[in-house]
Amino acid sequence: MHKIFTYLKPYSGHMLIGFLIKVLGTFMDLGLPWVLAYIIDDVIPHKEISLILWWGGIMVLLSIGARSFNIIANRMATSVARDTVQILRHDLFVKIQSLSGSQVDYFSVSSLEARMTTDTYHIHNMIGMMQRIGVRAPIIIIGGIIITFTLEPVLTSVLVGVLPFLALIVILVSKKGIPLYTNMQLSIDKMVRVVRENISGIRVIKALSKTWYEKERFSHVNEELAEKEKKAGITMAITNPFMNLIFNLGLTLVVIVGAYRVNSGASQPGKIVAFLSYFTLMLQAVMAITRIFVIYSKAMASANRIGEILETKEDLQMQDISRIPSVYHIEFQDVSFSYVHGDDSDKSQLIKDINFGIMRGKSLGIIGSTGSGKTTLINLLMRFYDVDKGNILIDGQDVRSYDKKVLRKKFGVVFQNDILFGDTIYENINMGRGLSKGNVRAAAVDAQAKTFIDELEKNIDFKLAIKGSNLSGGQKQRLFVARALAGKPEILILDDSSSALDYKTDSLLRKAIRENYKDTTTIMIAQRISSVMKLDHILVIEDGKMAGYGTHEELLKSCEEYQDIYKSQIM
Amino acid sequence: MPPGQSFGKMKISSKTEKPKDTKYVFKRLWYYIYQYKLLFLLALILTIVSNILAIIGPMLSGYAIDAIEPGKGSVVFKTVFYYAGWMVLFYVASSILSYILSVLMIHLSQKIVRKMREDVFHKLVDLPISYFDTNQAGDIISRISYDIDTVNTSMSTDVIQIAAGLITVIGSLIMMIIISPVLVLVMFVTIPLSVLYTRFMSKRIKPLFRKRSAKLGEMNGFIEEMVSGQKTINAYGAEDEILKRFDKINKETVDAYYDAEYYGSLMGPTVNFINNISLTLITIAGAILYLLSHMSLGNISSFIQYSRKFSGPISEVANVVSELQSAAAAAERVFKLIDEEAELMDKEDAIDLNMVHEDVSLHNVSFGYIPEKTIIKSLSLKAKSGSLTAIVGATGAGKTTIINLLMRFYDIWEGNIYLDDKEIRDITRKSLRKSYTMVLQDTWLFEGTVFDNIAYGKENATKEEVEEVAKMTGIHSFIKRLPNGYDTIINENGINISKGQKQLLTIARAMLLDSQMLILDEATSNVDTRTEIKIQKAMRKLMEQKTCFVIAHRLSTIQGADNILVVDQGNVIEQGNHIELMEKKGFYYKLYQSQFE
Repeated sequence: MHKIFTYLKPYSGHMLIGFLIKVLGTFMDLGLPWVLAYIIDDVIPHKEISLILWWGGIMVLLSIGARSFNIIANRMATSVARDTVQILRHDLFVKIQSLSGSQVDYFSVSSLEARMTTDTYHIHNMIGMMQRIGVRAPIIIIGGIIITFTLEPVLTSVLVGVLPFLALIVILVSKKGIPLYTNMQLSIDKMVRVVRENISGIRVIKALSKTWYEKERFSHVNEELAEKEKKAGITMAITNPFMNLIFNLGLTLVVIVGAYRVNSGASQPGKIVAFLSYFTLMLQAVMAITRIFVIYSKAMASANRIGEILETKEDLQMQDISRIPSVYHIEFQDVSFSYVHGDDSDKSQLIKDINFGIMRGKSLGIIGSTGSGKTTLINLLMRFYDVDKGNILIDGQDVRSYDKKVLRKKFGVVFQNDILFGDTIYENINMGRGLSKGNVRAAAVDAQAKTFIDELEKNIDFKLAIKGSNLSGGQKQRLFVARALAGKPEILILDDSSSALDYKTDSLLRKAIRENYKDTTTIMIAQRISSVMKLDHILVIEDGKMAGYGTHEELLKSCEEYQDIYKSQIM
Repeated sequence: MPPGQSFGKMKISSKTEKPKDTKYVFKRLWYYIYQYKLLFLLALILTIVSNILAIIGPMLSGYAIDAIEPGKGSVVFKTVFYYAGWMVLFYVASSILSYILSVLMIHLSQKIVRKMREDVFHKLVDLPISYFDTNQAGDIISRISYDIDTVNTSMSTDVIQIAAGLITVIGSLIMMIIISPVLVLVMFVTIPLSVLYTRFMSKRIKPLFRKRSAKLGEMNGFIEEMVSGQKTINAYGAEDEILKRFDKINKETVDAYYDAEYYGSLMGPTVNFINNISLTLITIAGAILYLLSHMSLGNISSFIQYSRKFSGPISEVANVVSELQSAAAAAERVFKLIDEEAELMDKEDAIDLNMVHEDVSLHNVSFGYIPEKTIIKSLSLKAKSGSLTAIVGATGAGKTTIINLLMRFYDIWEGNIYLDDKEIRDITRKSLRKSYTMVLQDTWLFEGTVFDNIAYGKENATKEEVEEVAKMTGIHSFIKRLPNGYDTIINENGINISKGQKQLLTIARAMLLDSQMLILDEATSNVDTRTEIKIQKAMRKLMEQKTCFVIAHRLSTIQGADNILVVDQGNVIEQGNHIELMEKKGFYYKLYQSQFE
């Protein structure tokens, strides 16, 4: 939470000026009843209408001043809120981008999304409100006390006497309120998750006619959320009437004490009239406080949630690991890994003692059954996760000792669950790398995507729908490949990137890669032997262990698993 | 009944992009309030009573001050205490009532918001597939979370504030008239000024608030997309470029907020200004009246207090107006979703399909996703009961589209699709879709246990049944190795499960269904071939006695098909079984040969 306040620091000068202007404006507001009291008690006895009008003129001037200063201060406050939230959101986005795969899993996408939007929004709301009403209200109360003190010190002390009670309520209720709002945000995350799942799975849901079931599922999270909202709301609702009551009881006390004061000649009735007028003004300020109070509590809950992310340590720091001489471009040395930690038993290890090397410009195929750990090898190589044991070297340097950006620049990759963005084809291939259109077109030709792109309106400037839903699976896959090829990468990784391609397209694609990317080291994960049989080496992986390594011909002779796979596909 | 239906006529106007007027939005909101009219009425009565109590307060204090007025030595203490006692009583009662009122309003607004979220969600799942293909998930989420929350906040506080304000204004006015009708005349200058100004401003700020809501939705959409694609973005080092784009959207979002607030912040001080002017006028006029001995000091005091009370709600309302505008803008987006055209209703005489005995046939079917582009051109085919129809063709040739049409995710433009002799548009969607089992290339699992995910299609599936299908698909031993076996929660992205395993889970899910027709769209594309052979028995069982439609790249899997459709650019260019097509030496033959290259 304190972290959020550091974001306000650069604007402290700005805020101070705004604060002073606000104080000025508010005091002008407060000056009005003072003049009023003066007119009633001191001007009227003169029985001069011109004098009354003159003082009336002063009241008009004060009104104009109050309006102008308040508006200026409000606008300054709004701009501070805007700038602060803009930077906060920027930093949050940067942070989220740097989260590792397991960290994103931990927070969940829907929660990250909610923190980026609803939570920052609450904070935006609060920063603005705090400066506008949050400053005005205490000033009115404090200023009111000061002015009334000059009018009538004894009555003012009666009023001051009730203030600690008000403070007590604020503290007690906020202590209860903030955790309730935190809890509520969790329920919002849950609701958002159900909505997201329904959006992504709508075909299946409709096909199985499960809409009623989903409606029920939603109804549960909806009810839970409503309950939590209710609980938080009711807790907060106590403040307003309670503060009102205390304040009004103070007012009654003022009338009684005032009566004694007037009776003893220590005070005049006009002062009491002015006093009560201030009281009404201050009461309105108290009401305003209860309103921002809700906003404040919500925002604090949000600030905690945002702080949690901002304070998350980057998982995959650059490490100082000395070079290990290696003749290979890519080398895996005794690599073991598990997604679950804490359990050291052999069983939980997903990858065990992997050893292999690829020379620059050569190609490697990885083949193995579903769930055997093929993709995990790529996750480790590209450092989405860190190995538990062993080293992964690129040019003799451990991947953990590379700057992450430098490391990933080496790769052109197609993931299993890759994604297209709602942007042009060009941008989807370019991915912000500043590639020329010519480059992008050439990659599209190699990826066998040219024919279908040419048929589209505006060709590579054709705008894709969200997640590329206006393309077929095969078309999408060809764009992924084009994306991977476009940067002329040092290392090309194709993780099962031809499953939606027909044989003909697939073989043309492989041919293009062989011929046009001779310097590129290629790793291809596939299920079809035909996809990998022509590669320089093939790694057969079974239950996370190496079951074979060699050329197609060697493996056919020596590797039982490979023979099995081969047989299964020839049939 | 969803509220959208009771406003059937409005639906047409919602189709146009033009924003609706505030009146319409409030009318819709009123519909929700109306459902809890008793609660609302009770709240209204409480508001009136508690405010009347609060209004009497200053009157009592005025009487007390009159008793003080005589000055030194002659204060009538008895009267002072009498009225002070009443004041305490009234304030206590008023506070208690206003607490009850708040709680009541929270209950009411919670009910309404819950209903609203439910309406949005119910509409959402009833929308046609095309809606999801063209709308950002993040924007939809923004509507159901942020926008409804805005409406909620506004409802639970603003409605009561306006009601309370109104009563205070009326009450104060009455009291002021009782005290001094002449002074009230002064108010007639300033009140219309406040009203006119507030109206003028609220018209100006409304579009700004509308933009603010829309921008937030847009940003949400962007974030959704980028966070889902994080791995790809990281892999290509596109963080900076994406960040640049985010910064732009972020700037637009905060600017939209600023713009709305900028004008909103004018209102409070300006209305306050008008009030101050009115206070000045009252003071001057009051002083003169006092000089003319038309008024007592206590009267001036009460009058000023009332005029403060009177103007208080007016400036409050000025603030509330901007909040109401933001709520209206948010509500507009919510209603827009609720008003979206749902999947066409089943025909009134639509029949429930029980069993399909014979054939599935397509007659001259034409279709495209966008009007300008036909994807399927007068396609005809016939699939006999129990037969296997395979659809092959180059990628992007329109194979998946055929499935979209069979399941009626999209409606065809021309031609007919028949099940037996029934046109599919004469059949209820539910029974039509239930008659198919579908396994897609894009697997979908939800956050829930493995068991729930497999049993998703079958109500009351037993543990034995689920385990049996898991064994058949060869995923049982994998599940057993999971930390909690079948009770393991699959997380959002299913990141701990590979694509192939996900596909096996969806196949297991399909095996639990019993329907007469089966659609396999690249159902095993992510499963390695050895596993595929292992589950072949299961797959065959799945396909047994069913009319099957299979899309596959691996020609080996479909060689035994009764009918193979070779699709190219939306046209079926060849049809026949494997042997016939090979003899033809056409497109299929070439495709077949290419796998041995």
